[in-house]
Amino acid sequence: MSSSTGRATNDTFLGMPAVPPRSPYGTGHLRGERTFPRAAHDELGNEQLRRNLGKATHSIRAKRLAVTGELPDWEQLRDTGSAIKTDTMNRLPELLEELERKVTERGGTVHWARDGVEANEIVTRLVRDTGSDEILKVKSMATQEIGLNEHLESQGIAALETDLAELIVQLADDRPSHILVPAIHRNRDEIREIFLRHIPGVDPALDADPARLAAAARAFLREKFMTTKVAVSGANFGIAETGTLAVVESEGNGRMCLTLPETLITVMGIEKVLPRFQDLEVFLQLLPRSSTGERMNPYTSLWTGVTPGDGPQEFHLVLLDNGRTAALADRIGRAALNCIRCSACLNVCPVYERTGGHAYGSTYPGPIGAVLTPQLAGMHGAKGDPNSSLPYASSLCGACFDACPVKIDIPSLLVELRHQHTEQAGTTAEKLAMKAAATVMKQTGLFTTAQKAAGLGRVLAGRDGTLSRLPPPLSGWSDSRDTPAPPQQTFRSWFASAEGAAAMRAAADEGARHTDDPQEAS
Amino acid sequence: MTATARETVLRRVRDALSLSDGPAVTVPRAYRTGRSLPDEERLALFVDRLVDYRAQVRTCTAATTAAVLAEVLREHGAQKIGIPPGLDPAWLAGYDGETVTDSADVPAPRLDVLDGVVTASAVSCAETGTIFLDGAAADQGRRALTLVPDLHLCVVDLSSVRTGVPEAVAQLTPEHPITLISGPSATSDIELERVEGVHGPRTLAVVIRTDR
Ligand code: SF4
Repeated sequence: MSSSTGRATNDTFLGMPAVPPRSPYGTGHLRGERTFPRAAHDELGNEQLRRNLGKATHSIRAKRLAVTGELPDWEQLRDTGSAIKTDTMNRLPELLEELERKVTERGGTVHWARDGVEANEIVTRLVRDTGSDEILKVKSMATQEIGLNEHLESQGIAALETDLAELIVQLADDRPSHILVPAIHRNRDEIREIFLRHIPGVDPALDADPARLAAAARAFLREKFMTTKVAVSGANFGIAETGTLAVVESEGNGRMCLTLPETLITVMGIEKVLPRFQDLEVFLQLLPRSSTGERMNPYTSLWTGVTPGDGPQEFHLVLLDNGRTAALADRIGRAALNCIRCSACLNVCPVYERTGGHAYGSTYPGPIGAVLTPQLAGMHGAKGDPNSSLPYASSLCGACFDACPVKIDIPSLLVELRHQHTEQAGTTAEKLAMKAAATVMKQTGLFTTAQKAAGLGRVLAGRDGTLSRLPPPLSGWSDSRDTPAPPQQTFRSWFASAEGAAAMRAAADEGARHTDDPQEAS
Repeated sequence: MTATARETVLRRVRDALSLSDGPAVTVPRAYRTGRSLPDEERLALFVDRLVDYRAQVRTCTAATTAAVLAEVLREHGAQKIGIPPGLDPAWLAGYDGETVTDSADVPAPRLDVLDGVVTASAVSCAETGTIFLDGAAADQGRRALTLVPDLHLCVVDLSSVRTGVPEAVAQLTPEHPITLISGPSATSDIELERVEGVHGPRTLAVVIRTDR
């Protein structure tokens, strides 16, 4: 067997630290069915997706730049956020134990789950214990990652998503395509169709006006909020010092789920813990501004255990590993665990903008998904593992690093992952395929850099039309000289061109020829 | 006996840390804290941000509180409002509609028949236009009360408005259920078009008392 770190496992030596296991192969949503180039190629044909994504990412990007520019201490906040997360990872065992102790003291119950399968079983049992066969869901990456809804369904428990976008995705039996705006690939007419078909008793005269569509969802869900006895949420933060959990949202569906049911079950990845209550002052500034480009999201709920007379009287916290400790054991994975899921890196990524979230095959799409997914679930579990193509799903333009509120150096991590992968790829054929993909992405990198620089032209370029600073990894070069203003052709137009299409297909075919029959390698 | 999931996960975390080099870090805190602005500036900033969030904002003094609250409730046609048990009764002296005092045993569906709710607030942040409600405070009530009715009229004392997020967070009691509100609930999930009030109150009216 191999680990992504290339380190031999030391299982045989008692007392020696062992490399923790990744998320079990074939469970949850941390792996697509096809390699990225292959999946991306199909998504590229989806004009609607591209238009919607383009509009979404550009508008959020502009808002984000405006509100982050408003804070003179933005860089200091990023430095602090980054350091808090690094410090958290260093002290994870004691912080988790402290969190458990505080939640328990306040009347909550803490459960530990080694992987998604175990977390699903815990939640199922907890729901069964309430006697209920339906639950409400607050949008949560962790529960999506482990495939909780599908598991509950298979156990005869209906899970209803209450976030409007997640509801749309769920009703349409679709998958989310963006961390923040999961139904961004749908337009209003499609959403109207989905509601007409799937919401019981909806007015057949419903039109496609967003306000009216939202009102239809409000009416449908309000009745559910009033009657459902169990809710399942994720958590943005869990404060070790006080046992306080935090959920950040916009619509109020989170508040509804966290407040009205009798039982609340929260599934939280172990990396979401923060040491001190005071740390919220940093992340409540970093997260909304990076995420939706707002100064603050409309609603944030903070709760600690159980409060008599207010909110759910039974509270369960499920602490989830599912490959997180494997990531923690790896230098790359460790840095990726700092992610606070703001989605800023998605919105600035030219590859993501082009292909959409589905092409990544994972709950975590975009630049951070390309790092985090292989770390959580591995990339050598089987020959032709689609996850092994993810480190190549980037042009390394550096925009994601610049955008990340906790300063995760995604491009460097991707390069390192590529290196690890080519070192360890089992077959020569696979190595070849990945090299081909890398060549493609290297080409696109040039164009993307140009594109990004063009986008930032107003900020970076002087009046003489030259740029004084390029994003990493080219910054080393540009630091010492001026770069001529970039050409008009972009990664987008290249990708869409016959040349780009041919190159992508060649890379995909080369990989597919030898590796399309996945089988366990270990 | 096999290890419990708890033991296993904690052991894995410890193993991971011993396998991967994690340089110790000291957390820098060079961002802005301890800021304060004069009353007028804080008020102007707070109002600007609230309005930007499409909250409806009025100011009043201690002496005009009852009149302004009555006026806002009348404007919204609120005939029947809920209040937390500890709300200052003087605030509603000018209101002639029906008032229902909330308590923990009122089931949530009964809150749905209210036209609105009036509460106080714990602390606010001017820079972000955020109001913090402390669910354990008698004049702010349990969380369901400010969630289910369609109108939330929230009274804010200017003296409780802090300049930035750190200054506001420092005022909180962490163990209490706390709700941060920045404007009415909103969604942008349909073609990124902003729609107010998906599930929470569709209207947030803020009355800022500029003196006590
Ligand atoms: S990697 Fe950084 S930018 Fe991307 S989602 Fe995570 S925190 Fe946000």
